[in-house]
Amino acid sequence: MITRFILRALEGKIVFAVAILIGIAILVPALNLLTPPTSALHIPTYAMALFGKYLCYALLALALDLVWGYCGILSLGHGAFFALGGYAMGMYLMRQIGSRGVYGNPVLPDFMVFLNYKELPWFWYGMDWFVVAMAMVLLVPGLLAFVFGWFAFRSRVNGVYLSIITQAMTYALMLAFFRNDMGFGGNNGLTDFKDIIGFSVQADGTRAVLFALSALMLALCLVVASAITRSKFGKVLVGVRDAESRVRFLGFRVENIKLFTFVVSAMFAGIAGALFVPQVGIINPGEFAPANSIEVVVWTAVGGRGTLIGPIIGAILVNAGKSFFTGAFPEFWLFALGGLFIAVTLFLPRGIVGTIQHGFNARKALKAAAEAEKGRGDPDDVARAVQAAE
Amino acid sequence: MNTVSETRTKSLLYLEDVSVSFDGFKAINSLSLVVEPGELRAIIGPNGAGKTTMMDIITGKTRPDSGRVIFEDEIDLTKKDEADIAQLGIGRKFQKPTVFESHTVWDNLELALNRSRGVFATLFYTLSAEDKARIEEILATIRLAHRAHEHAANLSHGQKQWLEIGMLLAQEPKLLLVDEPVAGMTDAETAETAILLREIAKTRSVVVVEHDMGFIRDLGVKVTCLAEGSVLAEGSIDFVSNDPKVIENYLGR
Repeated sequence: MITRFILRALEGKIVFAVAILIGIAILVPALNLLTPPTSALHIPTYAMALFGKYLCYALLALALDLVWGYCGILSLGHGAFFALGGYAMGMYLMRQIGSRGVYGNPVLPDFMVFLNYKELPWFWYGMDWFVVAMAMVLLVPGLLAFVFGWFAFRSRVNGVYLSIITQAMTYALMLAFFRNDMGFGGNNGLTDFKDIIGFSVQADGTRAVLFALSALMLALCLVVASAITRSKFGKVLVGVRDAESRVRFLGFRVENIKLFTFVVSAMFAGIAGALFVPQVGIINPGEFAPANSIEVVVWTAVGGRGTLIGPIIGAILVNAGKSFFTGAFPEFWLFALGGLFIAVTLFLPRGIVGTIQHGFNARKALKAAAEAEKGRGDPDDVARAVQAAE
Repeated sequence: MNTVSETRTKSLLYLEDVSVSFDGFKAINSLSLVVEPGELRAIIGPNGAGKTTMMDIITGKTRPDSGRVIFEDEIDLTKKDEADIAQLGIGRKFQKPTVFESHTVWDNLELALNRSRGVFATLFYTLSAEDKARIEEILATIRLAHRAHEHAANLSHGQKQWLEIGMLLAQEPKLLLVDEPVAGMTDAETAETAILLREIAKTRSVVVVEHDMGFIRDLGVKVTCLAEGSVLAEGSIDFVSNDPKVIENYLGR
């Protein structure tokens, strides 16, 4: 049953994307570690870390696409799930510092000593164990999504109202995490990491492994997302997006369908955040900023929502653009981002991948038309194919 | 009192003294209606007579302020929601054809098929030979077998109406509520729809709301005329259309 579920995921485009991601996971670290810095093929560590960051963003965009592109839930708060996954990883990394901190306290992280904490808050217990921390990476975003979705979907909050309360959720979390008495390092967040499961986070080898893991987790989540969207459940999901009341009157519990998808998506976002934090070396409340969640929407729209590959490409392209612009013309970036979003909405409403797919279908229709002219095809089919292409 | 309990024991759907108002406007005003098993019933009435609101109440979209809605003599529908009621065996066709446009005709029917609708059941669902045969059978009934693998968006208006009826059949309901099935159809499509509905009513009860008097004459069934939220007249089409109250309230306008 499970194998058939997974096998269904492996359609042409997905296999191709997974193969590329596995290739990247091997090739980029290899070129970083095995070639001398003077070689033309050498990939410097900073570039690998930057690309690793893009892959985490790509996973976040994929998570958003699952709820927005397939189920029609425009979440403007996915940055919150990403940040929570990041904080779970950050807490683990803080506990690994041990007595090497500035204040040398073997239990309390530096910021707690500084803020006169006498003992570790209860929610930090167990976070020094890697397995517990990794479980929290999934559980905390998943639980928040479950509780939030339980109330929102049961009360049938839809459309723009739902978007607004997701935005409020991430904003509220940002304000909470800014507070010193929350026990998450307040304004400064969590940083100065040293080790991850015994390896230095600064070492090239560790960075290479983190990069490879980012690519592989993205591939894994892509396969899971594909399996979900290609199952009967996925068809119901698109049904909810296009005609919610029809789904309800067919006897499906729409609230459960949305809830399941929202929770899976939040967990994807949590994984992305957890991989992001050791690669950039810091997590702070800024990650909860409402603007971050909106940027994810832009990446997904640019790449093509409702296609699984689109958001991955969108996230990488837009962030590469951001890195370039903020380096070359720092004051120009926000205008470029705003302009890009307007341009995509006006001229590429399907996004990059959606437009390519559409063009491909249109070409098929033209071919059918050409065959019909030669008297081989059924003219009715052509009319329909042309109609389909429009 | 005795006669009421007698009708109740053999009814499929029983509405008793149902009222609902929106912002003080009484959309349904102590409406009572009985649908027998296997019955095909037509409902007519002027705009705002409460026809669609009545369907909303039966399918759980709207809760009545008072009155009872009993399905199969014992199930109180006012306590259930849309999904529960659909699973009990009441299907509904909307006024505007509502199908999943980005899915193929086949997928539309597959989704509607009366199978377990839980999250995990649908995640791990695979099409069985039995389900395949059932879908093919419905495709033949609704005359869409030749377009099974096309997107529903490419169907004509009339074909979308049929597909929606087919989806209701796939649901295997005991009672089918059909809201204006021939609105916007050509004459030929209208005649075919009448045949289709009569065919469907052989194995289940069907309630049709319609404005098209010719179509109702084609169906040749018992007619209920609603006006201002309650029943004005009930009987054969000739009986109802000669009723002075009906002429004044509806036909005469």
